[in-house]
Amino acid sequence: MATALQILFSGLTVGAIYALVAIGFTLVYSSSEVVNFAQGEFVMLGGMISATAVAAGLAPLPAASLAIVATVVTGILLYGLAVAPARDASPIVVIIITIGASIFIRGLASVGMGKEFHTLPPLLATPTLDLGGASVQTQGLVVMAGSVAIVLTLWLFLRMTKLGRGIRATAANRLAAQLAGINPRVIVGLTFAISALIGALGGILITPITLTSFDVGTLLAVKGFAAAVLGGLTHPAGPVLGGLMIGLLEAVGAGYISSQYKDVFAFVVLLGVLFLRPQGILGGRAVERV
Amino acid sequence: MRRILANPYAPAFALAVVVVMVPLLVPSPFYLRLATLVFINALVVVGLNLLMGYAGQISLGHAAFFAMGAYASAIGPAHLGLPTLASMLAGIVLTGVVAYGVGKPILRFKGYHLAVATLGLGVIVSIVITNEIAWTGGPDGMQVARLWIGSWRVSGVANWYWVAGITLIVAMLGAANLLSSPTGRALRAIHDSEVAAGVLGIDVARYKLLVFVISAIYAATAGAFLALFDGHVTPVTGGILRSIEFVAMAVLGGLGSILGSVLGAAVLVVLPQALTSFHEFEHAILGAILMVLMIALRRGVIPSLQSWLLRGAA
Repeated sequence: MATALQILFSGLTVGAIYALVAIGFTLVYSSSEVVNFAQGEFVMLGGMISATAVAAGLAPLPAASLAIVATVVTGILLYGLAVAPARDASPIVVIIITIGASIFIRGLASVGMGKEFHTLPPLLATPTLDLGGASVQTQGLVVMAGSVAIVLTLWLFLRMTKLGRGIRATAANRLAAQLAGINPRVIVGLTFAISALIGALGGILITPITLTSFDVGTLLAVKGFAAAVLGGLTHPAGPVLGGLMIGLLEAVGAGYISSQYKDVFAFVVLLGVLFLRPQGILGGRAVERV
Repeated sequence: MRRILANPYAPAFALAVVVVMVPLLVPSPFYLRLATLVFINALVVVGLNLLMGYAGQISLGHAAFFAMGAYASAIGPAHLGLPTLASMLAGIVLTGVVAYGVGKPILRFKGYHLAVATLGLGVIVSIVITNEIAWTGGPDGMQVARLWIGSWRVSGVANWYWVAGITLIVAMLGAANLLSSPTGRALRAIHDSEVAAGVLGIDVARYKLLVFVISAIYAATAGAFLALFDGHVTPVTGGILRSIEFVAMAVLGGLGSILGSVLGAAVLVVLPQALTSFHEFEHAILGAILMVLMIALRRGVIPSLQSWLLRGAA
């Protein structure tokens, strides 16, 4: 029982981060049909910049704010300088551009912040908690609570604000949205900024648990992309479900089968799910995208 | 000009000239080694381009086939006592069989689902290689026995340059031959619209599987060459980054251009070598160049140059 709880807990913690990365993929994809493989680098930048700033003597809150601002600026520059100039190129070319961007960002991060592992102090003073016989890290609870807050805020933003409705309109029908006076370039730029923001927050939340280094972005992008496709690239709840599923599958694989083969287990189940529901778990007849 | 550009066999002849000229112009082992690596990577990319550029099916897992060819050539002599040549050939055939078995279900996917499915294949193969230490040596990799063909010991740059170069020319001729046959036209029809191709009576699933298996065999051959050339093989050979690199080479050179595949491989093999003088900025510059090239030449280097040349000629 304690083991099962432990597995559930660690699966949900990691899954929450995959979900945040997947949300970034889905947000950008649904408004622009661009698959942004630099999404994982946002998570890396969030964690790395905060950790470097804290190590340089900054207090955690200003350090995190600095990291968030820097990552959002990176996201906007990525769109403005690399993706927007190639907007009429085929999707695979834009994917390669974002891969080039992620190599570039990773390269600069390794020069500016070093190649060693960095960490951040956990948010709460008590590092572990006894939960029904399972010892869990309080930071895991912080990750989950933070992710829930991020998802709810995003949902409210997309529903209640004019800009949010603009994003949903562009996702539903780009041309119609443009005819209604919505500037698609502003909207797509905005989705890049928001996914950078979400990625940076995820990176800051998870760093006390998993540590971070300049090269964590690639694997996160791969897992987040798989999560987004698994959940259904165009359904609002898809990335959350996909991310949590992959996180849980990995934890179950690591706990009950073998920690080396956890990813094999996760991908085999993922392939099985895609066979049964090729449109993703929630994809397909969804009326609304984002 | 137009006629030369349109000839499907022209790229292979152009490469044949290059293969002969390089040793005359730059006889140093360093450059010949670099050229050999370009040929080996280009062999994978030519196959991948048949799949992506002509049949329109993406694969983010071709390093898996590359690694299977490499490790088969290593494991045969080390653990099963087989001659290197036999294990290399067996590995290539086996990879083709695996591609057939895996491709049958996987190729039902389209677009991003196919991308994730092939990515999953790549992840699985790379994890197996890293963890089956008794067979593969784990993360440290393993030594590869030398290749003997009869009494010819194929080793060193001087030998492998010619083996890889000539194999690449043959592979390009094979690709050109395939593309100018009814199969090639069927593949292009599938690329434009699978539904329309099906309506015309083209067995879409069969052709996709055929080109998938061919591209896997190209990749396995290249993988075997790399392992035998280096004399050492590590799990990096089959990592996901490798798969992504192959796709980048194909797209950079130009999807649907055989010559582009060779050029894309050349750029991404030579650039990192040329950039080592920038030390720590190497990766940042590589990423920046990849971005700028793709933004400027968005259909890939060769197709963009071709349309520019044709406009100039007309």
